[in-house]
Amino acid sequence: MATSSVSRGCFVFKPKDSKKRKIPVAADFFNKGDAISESDRLRFSTYESLWQQMKEETESFQDNLNEKIFDSLLSFIKNSHIHLNSKVNDWSYRMRCSEIPTAAVVLGVNVPDHEMTFQRFSDLVKQSLTPHVVCLHGKECTTVKQVLQKVLMHLLGGIVNDEEAEEEDMHHSTPLSQRRIHCSMASLSGWYKAITQTSGSGSPSKKRKSCAVEKEQAPPIVIIFKDLETFLPEVLQNFITICSNYIQQLPLVLVFGIATSPITIHRMLPHAVSSLLCIELFQSLSCRDHLTTVIDKLVLTTKFPFKLSGKVLQVLIVIFLYHDFSVRNFVKGFQLSLLEHFYSQPLSLLCCSLDEASGRIRNLAHGDCERIRQVPSFMRYVDCQDSEKQIELLTNDQYLKDDVQKLLKDLHIYHENYFPVLKCLHVFTSSLPKYPLGKQIRELYITCLERNIWETEEYSSAFQLLGMMANDELVCLLQKCIDVLKSSKQQKPLIDIRQKFEEFLLKFQKLDDIAPEMHDKEGDENNKTSPEKSLQKKTDLYELQKTLMEMKKSRRSKKLSRFEALRMEVLEFMDKLVRQYLLPPETQPLHEVVYFSGASTIRKHLNATPRTALQTALSKPYNYLQNEALRSEGGTITNTAPDICIVYKLHLECGRLINLYDWLQGMRASLARPAFIAHWAEKSQPLCCGSGVTCRPDQAFVTVVSASEGQDPDKPGKGQVDQVLHARFIRAVSELEFLGFIKPTKQKTDHVARLTWGGF
Amino acid sequence: MSELDHGTYPEDRILSLKEKLICRDLQILTLQSILGEPHHYSYPSVFVYGHTATGKTYVTETLLKTLKFPHVIVNCVECFSSKMLFEQILNQLQGHSLSLKNEYTSCLQSNTFNDFVLLYKQVVHKQNLHNQTVYIVLDKAERLREMDSNLLPGFLRFQELADENATVIFLSEIVWEKFRPGTGCFEPLILHFPDYNKADLQKILSQDHPPEFSADFYATYINILLGVFYPVCRDLKELRHLAALNFPKFCEPVQRGDAKEEDTRRLWRNIEPHLKKAMETVYLREISSSQWERLQQEDKEGEHLKGLSIHAHVELPFYSKFLLIAAYLSSYNPARTDKRFFSKYHGKIKKTSFLKKHEKTSNLLLGPKPFPLDRLLAIFYSIVDCRVTPTANIFSQITSLVALQLLTHVGHDDQLNGPKYKCTTNLEFITAIASEEKANSIDNRTEKRDFTASGL
Repeated sequence: MATSSVSRGCFVFKPKDSKKRKIPVAADFFNKGDAISESDRLRFSTYESLWQQMKEETESFQDNLNEKIFDSLLSFIKNSHIHLNSKVNDWSYRMRCSEIPTAAVVLGVNVPDHEMTFQRFSDLVKQSLTPHVVCLHGKECTTVKQVLQKVLMHLLGGIVNDEEAEEEDMHHSTPLSQRRIHCSMASLSGWYKAITQTSGSGSPSKKRKSCAVEKEQAPPIVIIFKDLETFLPEVLQNFITICSNYIQQLPLVLVFGIATSPITIHRMLPHAVSSLLCIELFQSLSCRDHLTTVIDKLVLTTKFPFKLSGKVLQVLIVIFLYHDFSVRNFVKGFQLSLLEHFYSQPLSLLCCSLDEASGRIRNLAHGDCERIRQVPSFMRYVDCQDSEKQIELLTNDQYLKDDVQKLLKDLHIYHENYFPVLKCLHVFTSSLPKYPLGKQIRELYITCLERNIWETEEYSSAFQLLGMMANDELVCLLQKCIDVLKSSKQQKPLIDIRQKFEEFLLKFQKLDDIAPEMHDKEGDENNKTSPEKSLQKKTDLYELQKTLMEMKKSRRSKKLSRFEALRMEVLEFMDKLVRQYLLPPETQPLHEVVYFSGASTIRKHLNATPRTALQTALSKPYNYLQNEALRSEGGTITNTAPDICIVYKLHLECGRLINLYDWLQGMRASLARPAFIAHWAEKSQPLCCGSGVTCRPDQAFVTVVSASEGQDPDKPGKGQVDQVLHARFIRAVSELEFLGFIKPTKQKTDHVARLTWGGF
Repeated sequence: MSELDHGTYPEDRILSLKEKLICRDLQILTLQSILGEPHHYSYPSVFVYGHTATGKTYVTETLLKTLKFPHVIVNCVECFSSKMLFEQILNQLQGHSLSLKNEYTSCLQSNTFNDFVLLYKQVVHKQNLHNQTVYIVLDKAERLREMDSNLLPGFLRFQELADENATVIFLSEIVWEKFRPGTGCFEPLILHFPDYNKADLQKILSQDHPPEFSADFYATYINILLGVFYPVCRDLKELRHLAALNFPKFCEPVQRGDAKEEDTRRLWRNIEPHLKKAMETVYLREISSSQWERLQQEDKEGEHLKGLSIHAHVELPFYSKFLLIAAYLSSYNPARTDKRFFSKYHGKIKKTSFLKKHEKTSNLLLGPKPFPLDRLLAIFYSIVDCRVTPTANIFSQITSLVALQLLTHVGHDDQLNGPKYKCTTNLEFITAIASEEKANSIDNRTEKRDFTASGL
């Protein structure tokens, strides 16, 4: 391109053609290599709408969960300065008015969730109590000045902007620049006085804007310390001391977000400071309970067609329980599985509500039908059909569509029965000692998803324990089951089950009425037929054995009392239910449509192992580069591999200190010979393992070098290394240093220290 | 007070002083004689020290106010930079307050001590104060030591620097010896405020009796209160707080009509257990005063309101627990014992010699020692029974433990170069966590090893 300039230089040319650059939307990534098709778009939009529903659901029940603690916090804030507002000159109040009301909110160690909680909380406070809310982060507040700056900026800044927007003519003023504000509590107090006065005298615009808020004379100023632990103790102490000097003029309320335990307050604040506070403790919901609710609302429900397979659920729960306790991360993981399902499974097109699905089935193209025929579970299903139907299914698209529709409906019904029965089973097993099938319903659910639960040992031991239940316990369980069934959808099999349970319950109650007389009767019988008497008389050994056997048999087959018989009946019924309804989803045809089973993908994304990835990259470069030239077998590495891989491989065989010169020679040798390292490793292995005290890598290098010398005549004279090779070596070594495998050391000249151990 | 020579001060002011300030006669006398009369040149700097709540600030403030001396009182905690300190003094001298009109800025900007001295002179002349002594009171003066190094010496000879009739009064809880800078400075006049004794406290506390009860009745109450609390607490503020909190309970029988105001014994019997309980909770700020009040109103004799310390338990994710245990072990066990405790084939160490060494100094008494990340992870992998893959989550858990202040990062070298940590939790906490894991039916072997390792 030409320029009119006479000087030499770099010129920027903007593209002249103003063709609209196509901005790729997320849906465009939803294909796999092929051109994007209508069904891809549909899948993406299904994903979006489904996720939207789930998100709304999550938010609504999270609000419900937090409602209690928020309510108590709000009332605490409201009441904290009630005396100041009412201006009652109460004696007892006057005596202790210098305390700053403080709410210590214990939120648990799941720090990622706190953000959301506090966001919601500050919104609530802003809506209902006061516009003056400031959130502080420990990271941003390393000095008192910063704390004050933040507070002032939030409070004053907001107000100034509002005024500018509403009454431009009155206030010419530019927004208060950060630098010019006298950054002290005195400014804040001046500001607050101004605020309360104007609202009292009532400028009309103000009143209109915030009449709801200003109803109370003086709205308190709420300062939220989101993460108390990360604040520096001195900063906090000074800030509190300053606040206490102004508490008469400013209705301050502090809120401490505590992740560990309230003792932290005592640890951070000396008595002189903590005596300035009036601390009240608020405990939030335990995160485990929170998770239980999330699982109940998102996973154990037929509301959403999407389901997780046992393995995926297991991965998500393990991350939660073992690593972070964070409900937010769990929900994110759930979202990722949802996305991954719609992205990777073409049949997820049908993962929507039944009505929608029937429409979509009608519009299926031939290719999609073929895809359905190749799904393993569908193939199994076809195999079970008679031959005529098989042919129809495999050749006639229309027939297939009808059948798919039916199958999807069956799947839906399967789920509708599945969860209530699962909950009933959980009611039964969760009261057992030692919880053979898990305390939480999630554990039971995972077991049920993965295998036939009635074949497990835990199941039989659970039923043995159930067989020993007392009357009242059993009645209580039955009642709970009935409640569970009542709260679920009312439809055919469930109603029957409920009625059956109710029948049982009735029988148990009747049993109670007639139990006393029954008991007497039994007692009589026992006396009558007691065989012990016969034992008294002398008999021979054979006779004795026979009697004992009989006794045993009679005891075993001894008529069960009516209660026992009934108990047996209940358990048998329960067992039948489990076998009928809690089949693992793999048995259902077309389960692939709604179940997401990519556990390893999810694990790779959510629980990454950087160390392993690094080692794989360095020792098996083919894995990531996918270059055929790099393909190698076993632990070997070709000389075409990137330099850093070769250097890494060589360094694995060294002890704690590595001689740089020998290392360079080793690299040169390895570059000269393809796939040499396999031999070399074998050879030098005995040198490096063993006691680990004297490892002689130098020797290994030397042998390699001399061996390669013999083979390579072109090589420059011994000890002289090509400059390019030298530079490549230095670069590779510094890359290794950057990755944290080695570091420079002063113990020995020309050596570097290894930071990792092991190597084979 | 009759022997005090009040010089030329007006009679009514002296009277009001007497009324307001009790039990500090000697100090007031000294201060007054130092201050002299308005037009006198006073001593350049006065250093007043004494414990918390010995009336330093109150006496100085009341004295200056009642005698109508021009003065400025500045809290050094609030003014954390020298600029703020200067501006605050100038603002107060001018009677300038921060408001929306002046956009919350002070009228005079002064960044250095030199600016301050010049501006001060201007202001004093403008306000027509140059023919009388101006007092600058610096409360919590111990903070000056951490600020700019020229502040303290500068203020000590402020009279000389400004060439004005000014006196700086320092109020502090620390003795003057801790202030003296290395390079030497002007020595101020030192005045000590001793602690109040029991009789003084009784007198002062009895002063603020509520209007609806007689002074004698309140004095009886204070007497009982001091009987309980005086052995543990002599802080006037704290005592006053406690008095206010517990008084409603004390006068309850009187209001109900069960007892008369003179019925001291009965009242005493009523309030004494109550005060004892207050000592365990309110005094230590285990529960807040408002909660205490509510508790009184509900009048339930139970422990249904638990203090802050009760909630010591922290729920941690599975691996965090083990990381914390590993951190504790590596903090309190010498590294040489690791092989013995954590590797399967450690060879026999002579038990006697090992124990002997161990007995000399318990590691628990020596406090936590720093340990490198590698060691923490090695111990972690060895105490967790199942195989753990070193995922990113494990490393981020270490960081979050640091954020929760259960571990601390030692040294300021960068994270790449082998970071070192210390464990800050105590044995009790770790034992609780370890036993919790045991209850969750993880292998007992680990726990047993833990306890032997931690020297139990």
